[in-house]
Amino acid sequence: MEMNQYLSMFIDEAKEHLQALNENLLRLEQQPDDIGIVQSIFRSAHTLKGMSATMGFQDLAALTHEMENVLDQVRNGRLKMNEDIFDTLFKGLDTLEAMVRDVEGGGAGQADVADLIERLQSLAEGSGAAAARTASGKGGGGSASSAAAGPHELDEYQLSVIRQSAESGFRTLHIRVTLREGCLLKAARAYMVFEALERHGEVVKSEPSVQDLEQENFDRTFAIYYITRQEPSFIRNLINGISEIEEVTAEELREADLAAAPKREPAQAETAAASAAPAAPAQAGTGQPAAAAPRGNKPGGAAAGRTIRVDSERLDALMSMFSELIINRARLEQLASEIRRGDLTEAVEQMSRITGNLQDVILKLRMVPLETVFNRFPRMVRDLAKSLDKKVDFVITGAETELDRTVVDEIGDPLVHLLRNAVDHGLEPVADRKKAGKPETGKVILRAYHSGNFVMIEIEDDGRGIDRQKVIDKAVQRGMLSAAEAARLTDEQAYQLLFASGFSTAEKVSDISGRGVGLDVVKTKIESLGGRVSVESTPGAGTRFIIRLPLTLSVISAMLVKLGPEKYAIPLSSIVETGIIDRNSIRNVHGTRVVEYRNSIVPVISLAEVLESPHYRDDAEAETEIVLVRKGDRMAALMVDDFIGQNDIVLKSLGRYLANNKVIFGATILGDGQVALIIDPNSLIK
Amino acid sequence: MAEEFKAIVFKLADESYGIEVDKVRTIERMSPVTRVPKTPPFVKGVINLRGNVVPVIDLRGRFGLPEVEPDANTRIVIVNVADMEVGFIVDSANDVIDLTEDMIEDPPEIVGGVKAKYLRGVAKLEDGRLLVLLNLSEVLNKSEIVQLEQIGE
Repeated sequence: MEMNQYLSMFIDEAKEHLQALNENLLRLEQQPDDIGIVQSIFRSAHTLKGMSATMGFQDLAALTHEMENVLDQVRNGRLKMNEDIFDTLFKGLDTLEAMVRDVEGGGAGQADVADLIERLQSLAEGSGAAAARTASGKGGGGSASSAAAGPHELDEYQLSVIRQSAESGFRTLHIRVTLREGCLLKAARAYMVFEALERHGEVVKSEPSVQDLEQENFDRTFAIYYITRQEPSFIRNLINGISEIEEVTAEELREADLAAAPKREPAQAETAAASAAPAAPAQAGTGQPAAAAPRGNKPGGAAAGRTIRVDSERLDALMSMFSELIINRARLEQLASEIRRGDLTEAVEQMSRITGNLQDVILKLRMVPLETVFNRFPRMVRDLAKSLDKKVDFVITGAETELDRTVVDEIGDPLVHLLRNAVDHGLEPVADRKKAGKPETGKVILRAYHSGNFVMIEIEDDGRGIDRQKVIDKAVQRGMLSAAEAARLTDEQAYQLLFASGFSTAEKVSDISGRGVGLDVVKTKIESLGGRVSVESTPGAGTRFIIRLPLTLSVISAMLVKLGPEKYAIPLSSIVETGIIDRNSIRNVHGTRVVEYRNSIVPVISLAEVLESPHYRDDAEAETEIVLVRKGDRMAALMVDDFIGQNDIVLKSLGRYLANNKVIFGATILGDGQVALIIDPNSLIK
Repeated sequence: MAEEFKAIVFKLADESYGIEVDKVRTIERMSPVTRVPKTPPFVKGVINLRGNVVPVIDLRGRFGLPEVEPDANTRIVIVNVADMEVGFIVDSANDVIDLTEDMIEDPPEIVGGVKAKYLRGVAKLEDGRLLVLLNLSEVLNKSEIVQLEQIGE
């Protein structure tokens, strides 16, 4: 069936609309009186319904239709949003999402929606207004009979839109489209006509109504009232460009024609307005809505965000080939520096620059904004807060921060877990908050930002904080450490106990935050992505989980250093600076070697000692090269034999057999084909 | 008819060992090995295998046999077991033979100094030679390595 080619498009768009519905409903919950939001919700719902009906997903269409009816009542001020309505609508959205997922998985998108539909219907009817109003909400089928009537059926509202547009220099066209005989997907063609038209103006009204067009309740001809700045001939050509169109006429309507148009009864008019709503988005919005909208939609604007979809495997293949290229580039650079021929060096430098630019482009190709993961959280937090009877103000910042796609794909689950934790364990119940003199509404902040070669994601709550003693007691009780050891723990070490497997401090096991499997899984996942997770907490004031993720998993800038014959790479992102110190300036404080560097006392670490270097000892030197590295606000000086230089290196894993190496987080292949290990300086700073 | 399969034959301290051919990716000559700190002594480090980083272990060391300096015959047998790619340093590797399942007998307690748990069995060849087949998942068993690491600390 021809449908297949539209299916993936349908799924993508349906998801987008569902996301928009979710977001807007949440916004509406915050600002229940903003009718503008209702409008955009209504529009998304309506488009979704149309698409579903066209694709033959009747259950989807039916459910959306009922949701739309409720929204229509709200939009027209006949129904006031209340908690019950929100919940029902959200439930509807969940069901829709499940159906779309089913479609995506090859199913027919069917679900038992009878219950929901009934509830929605009772909501729509319960609006208290006359039964006739309800009928107008369900007017889709009813107006079919009037479809055959004459052209001048514009109501007051539509006429006023047209008049206003005319004043701002728009034309009003009456377009008549006839589809070819035997056209299989009449609704799809009609949809394409509408879509084409909406790029250049606004559809004010169509006959038959949009609903009927979507449900193929028409013969072969439909008519449209349309406002645009384009010439009628342009519009004719535009529509003729769509396949299976037999004939198009587009006539410009003059003011006189409009004035002569008979006025219809208001009650009926509302039905018509509803059906035209998706096309005239900002009806109840700003002063001159219809005129303002097309301006933003000028043909030129459409080209702005042109994208293509690429199979991610192809990107991965590109990436791995590029890695090879970088390794070969390093080799060429090395050879050129050995051969020392001017023209060769020049050519190699030129190539280095080009591959450098190429690297930027390729890395960007793989970057996606965190938004794609973040946007499902507001809904989740809302539901969670509701089920826990807590009040939560959820704030997201930095959703536009971009990260490697593989990381973004994987980071969702750990974040879900931490957010659930924040709402469930972090925030106190309302009563406790009041007692503690805090505002009833708790705050949960999800924050993302760039920091050097890393992206930081923080989850912060203003709840009760972590009870250090409770954590330690539990750990001792579980035999994870002795009481003596426990007493010596720093706060952070104590908090890290939370990430040990089988650890949970929640006294009540709830279905929300699991049973002690969790934070360890979060940690494992984040570490498998090359990231780190840490906790900061102030008792009574809140907790902050900080996740640090590498910007990309493949190419990093690093400093190459030598320890005798061995070469190691240290990620540049951790390095503060390099320098040389006199060995005599190293002092011993409480068994720790420290050095005073730029007016601060920094612990000194012998890399040769840590790495058990067989060929090199730094204690023989009078002066020693140091690399000053940083983890958060703590620093350490790593003693090395010699600096080699800065390089872009391709990160390779050590393989599963050697996974879990604490000090080494990967390897890279140098220009001479040797493998150099990459040191994780964070593991050295305690 | 018992199932037939091919095995790569390699030598380790005068004894012949076999690994099923479908578990062997390639056989390489000795190449520079980069030492990896904080690993058991038999883990020699990692090599650059045509752009991939592959860990190598000295099979003599793994089995507790005395280690020797690599020479011209030394080979690295790259095996792939359970998505794990590892190279085995062996004395030499130069043969592929056909085997059938019914040639394989349970291993005795210890063969050539190698404990039975690392062995899948012993095959009697037609010319009377014995071929010791390795149980790779046990050879690569990491829990044992973890224990070793803890002792080291």
